[in-house]
Amino acid sequence: MAEVQRVGEVIEASTTGFTAQCYELYQMPPLGSLVKTGDSAAELYGIVYNATTASLEPGRRPIARGKDEDSEEAIYRSSPQLAKLLRSEFEVLVVGHKEGDRLYQHLPPQPARIHGFVYQCSPDELKDFGKSFDFLNIILNAHLPVPGEELVAASLRRMSQAHDDRRAFLVAAGKELAILLSGNLNQLNTILGRIKL
Amino acid sequence: MTERLGIVVSGSLNKGVEVRLDSSASIEDMAVGRFVTIEGEKRRFFGMITDVSLGMTDQRLSLTPPDVSDPFIAEVLAGTSTFGMLHVSPNLVIGGDATAILEGPQPVKTIPSHFSAVKLSTQEDVELVFGTEDEKRFFIGNPLDMEVKLCLNLEELVKRSNGIFGKSGTGKTFLTRILLIGMLQKSQAVNLVFDMHNEYGWAGTREGGPPVKGLKQLFQSRVAVFTLDEENSRHRGVSTDGVVRIGYDEIEPDDIALLRQTLNLTDLAVEAVHQLFRKFGKNWIQDTLDLKGAEELPEGLNIHEGTLLNLQRGLATIRRLPFIEPHSPVNAVKAILEHLDRGINVVLEFGRYRDITAYVLVANMLSRRIYDQYQSRVEKADAAAKESLKPRPLVITIEEAHKFLNPEVAGQTIFGKIAREMRKYNVTLLVIDQRPSGIDSEVMSQMGTKITCLLDNDRDIDSVLAGVSGRNELKSVLAKLAAKQQALIFGHAVPMPVAFQPREYGSAQSYRDFAPQKDAEEAIEKLWD
Repeated sequence: MAEVQRVGEVIEASTTGFTAQCYELYQMPPLGSLVKTGDSAAELYGIVYNATTASLEPGRRPIARGKDEDSEEAIYRSSPQLAKLLRSEFEVLVVGHKEGDRLYQHLPPQPARIHGFVYQCSPDELKDFGKSFDFLNIILNAHLPVPGEELVAASLRRMSQAHDDRRAFLVAAGKELAILLSGNLNQLNTILGRIKL
Repeated sequence: MTERLGIVVSGSLNKGVEVRLDSSASIEDMAVGRFVTIEGEKRRFFGMITDVSLGMTDQRLSLTPPDVSDPFIAEVLAGTSTFGMLHVSPNLVIGGDATAILEGPQPVKTIPSHFSAVKLSTQEDVELVFGTEDEKRFFIGNPLDMEVKLCLNLEELVKRSNGIFGKSGTGKTFLTRILLIGMLQKSQAVNLVFDMHNEYGWAGTREGGPPVKGLKQLFQSRVAVFTLDEENSRHRGVSTDGVVRIGYDEIEPDDIALLRQTLNLTDLAVEAVHQLFRKFGKNWIQDTLDLKGAEELPEGLNIHEGTLLNLQRGLATIRRLPFIEPHSPVNAVKAILEHLDRGINVVLEFGRYRDITAYVLVANMLSRRIYDQYQSRVEKADAAAKESLKPRPLVITIEEAHKFLNPEVAGQTIFGKIAREMRKYNVTLLVIDQRPSGIDSEVMSQMGTKITCLLDNDRDIDSVLAGVSGRNELKSVLAKLAAKQQALIFGHAVPMPVAFQPREYGSAQSYRDFAPQKDAEEAIEKLWD
């Protein structure tokens, strides 16, 4: 895996998030992964919260084609145009930005730019980003199609993989959550149950 | 250990402050009575943990406890959703600027600001508050759970009457011995100890162990042992410096009044004593006992037959005491005073005469005469305006103090008077008792410093803590002291209340620590004199 992996291109952007399209079908980053876009002057960090694969044209829905085929791969082999007629997109929640060398875990002044390249963050960047847990609050307060606790758990699980001491990282994150969710015990328990090793 | 324990989250000056424990500090390591330092913005506060409790951010946690069998969840919740709380009552404060440091710790008039850090006190903190061992301060023990020397200013201590309280078997006697040694070494005061159970002079007993050395064995040249029971002292191998005998003619009506309860005398009988004393003079006891009946009473005395019988029965009890003689050949008061004047501490052993009648009678009589002497000498010195004429400060140590200082008799006994007049005449008391509730509240309130071991009777606890600020907090500390070798000291001689473990007494090393070589050298020099 390359140090900095390009995973897509921004096709829709707002202050709180952006949507990116993958260059290859089904090559979207996993749920909860940390991605970035923008140039070195202003980089935006976001967490992947949703991914879709659909027809290029909204009016033309895909149809079932595998009746006479043996395997799924065979469908794509016999209809090679499919890879071009379908597209994979993923949606990203913006949780921070970097100005110069400083990392801020709050919303950026400007949204991402269309056609900005989207990269998967390296383990070092994950570690750096994981020094603060302020981004958890943004996730918990966002109105997303996926449940907030699922996304928090997924992002923490992924981030913990970059840390040498995964458990210590998760305990620290758990303590932060316990404070954030002091009034919502069920949510806290759900997340803790999903991030424990 | 100087790690942070937690932060101040709320509180008031009256009730003390609430401290929320950090997740790194375990509530199970905390203990009431511990000494803590709070780092305020501008000032440092010193206080004592008086309560520990458990807190949680969401009450539902107590209704639906999380699955703590999972160590991850337990670790996450500890210190965040669930946490420990300390209740700390701040007692002293020290400012940050140079003058404040010179002045030393002052009583608190405010509390630390929100979220000030709370730490366990360090050795420097304890030394800052209680001082270090020097010519006035004496090492009495360690604050609970700390390896720091807690020092007591004995010069200050002997300026007032003091009390040592505690249930029997909690270590009062050991504590008293330590204090007596401290006074002997670090203060100008001399001690007169009425040693009811023969514990202080030569050797004392120890539960489940060999006997421990008494004062005389450790400080040969500075302690004299007097005895009421020469034979018993000889049996125990005590080298005594004098025998105390008491003549009938030395007993005065007030002495009898004090014994009213123990001798089972009626009020009328006590009244009669005064009449008889006026009539017969010094020899009144003998004369009264010689009376065959009310009809033999001299003219002018109006005493009922029954009263006289009651009185005679009581006086006969006194006469049966073996150390009472018609005329005492030795003047015990004079002999004791001579020793005290030379700066020698006197321990009066009671030998086998441990019953309370003997103890109350002798202690009261001797103390009164010695006190009279002191009083007249101090008055003379005051008249001549010469400080040098004043006698040495005297500390009289009495056990079973409630017999002398209970509300009925405190007004009549010399001890009640000494306790109330404080140090006007250079005489103070060291009161040892296991039922402080039996002591007159007025006397209790006059005591400068109180040291108390475990007490479990509510009335006793209340009477010891009466009039002390923050008594509710101290109460919880006092009730949780260990049954042995833990004590709480508060009052005049200490800047703030502190629970401590008295220093060791009874091992060879402890004797060496108490009585350094110098004393032995002095003794050898004395041999050549």
